[in-house]
Amino acid sequence: MMSDKTSTFIEVRDLQIAFGQQKIHRGINLKVQAGETMVVIGGSGEGKSVLLKELIGLLRPDQGSVKIDGEEIGGLKERAMASIRKKVGILFQNGALFDSLNVSQNVAFPLIQSGVSDQNRIDERVTHCLEVVELSNQGEKMPVQLSGGMRKRVALARAIVNQPQCVLYDEPTAGLDPIVSDSINKLIRRLQKRNKVTSIVVTHDMKSAFHIADRIAYLYQGRIYFEGTPEELKNSDDQQIKNFIEGVSDNHHCLE
Amino acid sequence: MGELLRFSGRSFLDILEYLGRLTAFCRQILDAIIHGRFFPRLLFRQIVTIGYGSQTVVVVTGAFTGAVFAAQSYFKFKDFGVESSVGALVSVAMCRELAPVLTGLMVTGRVGASMAAEIGTMKVSEQIDALRAMAIHPVDYLVIPRLGAIMISMPLLIAESIAFGILAGYAVTVIGFGVPRAWYVHHLLYHTELEDIVIGMTKGFVFGLLIVIISCYQGLAATNGAVGVGRGTTISVVHSSLAILICNFFLTFFLNSLFPLGSQ
Repeated sequence: MMSDKTSTFIEVRDLQIAFGQQKIHRGINLKVQAGETMVVIGGSGEGKSVLLKELIGLLRPDQGSVKIDGEEIGGLKERAMASIRKKVGILFQNGALFDSLNVSQNVAFPLIQSGVSDQNRIDERVTHCLEVVELSNQGEKMPVQLSGGMRKRVALARAIVNQPQCVLYDEPTAGLDPIVSDSINKLIRRLQKRNKVTSIVVTHDMKSAFHIADRIAYLYQGRIYFEGTPEELKNSDDQQIKNFIEGVSDNHHCLE
Repeated sequence: MGELLRFSGRSFLDILEYLGRLTAFCRQILDAIIHGRFFPRLLFRQIVTIGYGSQTVVVVTGAFTGAVFAAQSYFKFKDFGVESSVGALVSVAMCRELAPVLTGLMVTGRVGASMAAEIGTMKVSEQIDALRAMAIHPVDYLVIPRLGAIMISMPLLIAESIAFGILAGYAVTVIGFGVPRAWYVHHLLYHTELEDIVIGMTKGFVFGLLIVIISCYQGLAATNGAVGVGRGTTISVVHSSLAILICNFFLTFFLNSLFPLGSQ
């Protein structure tokens, strides 16, 4: 019997999706172990956010399979996916906070909807999560009154309030100042170390990627071009990878 | 000529496709009613927004329609010396036609547009995806409470509209033009049947369903940011209004076969 630490929590096999004529994923294969932090890097428009949405069935791939905690989600209907989605929290790129609810209500939302009725417990969790993202005393504000970075942090608090087994982060540090970015990176590490939360982080912030990743996958032209540890990525001789890490544009590619 | 045929053929196919998508959406609603989660608090909130909040507009519409209809009828009826029948005409017309159709159109503008815009904005800003990711079905959370609320509210709004239309007609005819009150009320009560009110409320109920189904569908189908939301909102108002007017025609014949007019 394998221990939890080495079991596969997310397994993606030959994932393909196209929007109209545009092929986004051309066969993605990826395994994420329980408790590890996998960072998916890649250029804009490579389908990183699409990948996260496919993982919890918000988008249906044209082909391929996704298994979460051993359960295939491909053939499941929307309602049948509820039990899987309860295991996973997601931080959307733009926060996706509910406009009609204030910050506290947004953070409390997943707790209330999952059946927690003890108001003290809800308040305690909400306060704790807002403290974690350094937004104490902002609970009464409406999303429209928050800056982009604050909105993202509220969304992060909402993603972790229910203590999910796995959290998917879509660009968690984009648009944040370096200090808050660092605190978010530390938070992701802490969640992984303390609570053994499996994380998939989509980003193109290389500093953040090297800081938090156990393993890094580089998405390029619809496939996983590279998969390995941050050290392996740093030491790679591949020109494409080097260009991406160092932020060097490929003129030939641009002219094509 | 060929171009014209192609255009009409394509339009016809578009309409069929749209109806097909609406039907598929109705199936989702049915599935949500049977298997979905019920959010009673949201239902009450929607009753307040849709029902309670629409009263002013519905009352004003009903009252002025009743008043104008009474005045126009009086001008002509006076020539035949039957001005005391104005009350009966206003009452039956308000019950069977004017109140349901005008209330339906007003609610479309006020409530349908807001539903399409609100749900559409939630869609394009990923709030619907956020709901789904939290294992909440958007139809359960957004559509069913609105549907329940309008099913409860619309018949009551229609009744309110009828009442204020009749009252305004009374004010214009009896107080304004001096038609004898007793004759006016006698004709009104003699010619207005319970069935007339049932017809009005039934129509309102059906129109309410149409408004919610079309508006919520447009909201959930919104794409392409603010432009898409704006387009969806416009379409929801136009389609709901057309659906109400077309459906009213068929409903009139159907309900008249159940409760025939002029048979007493």
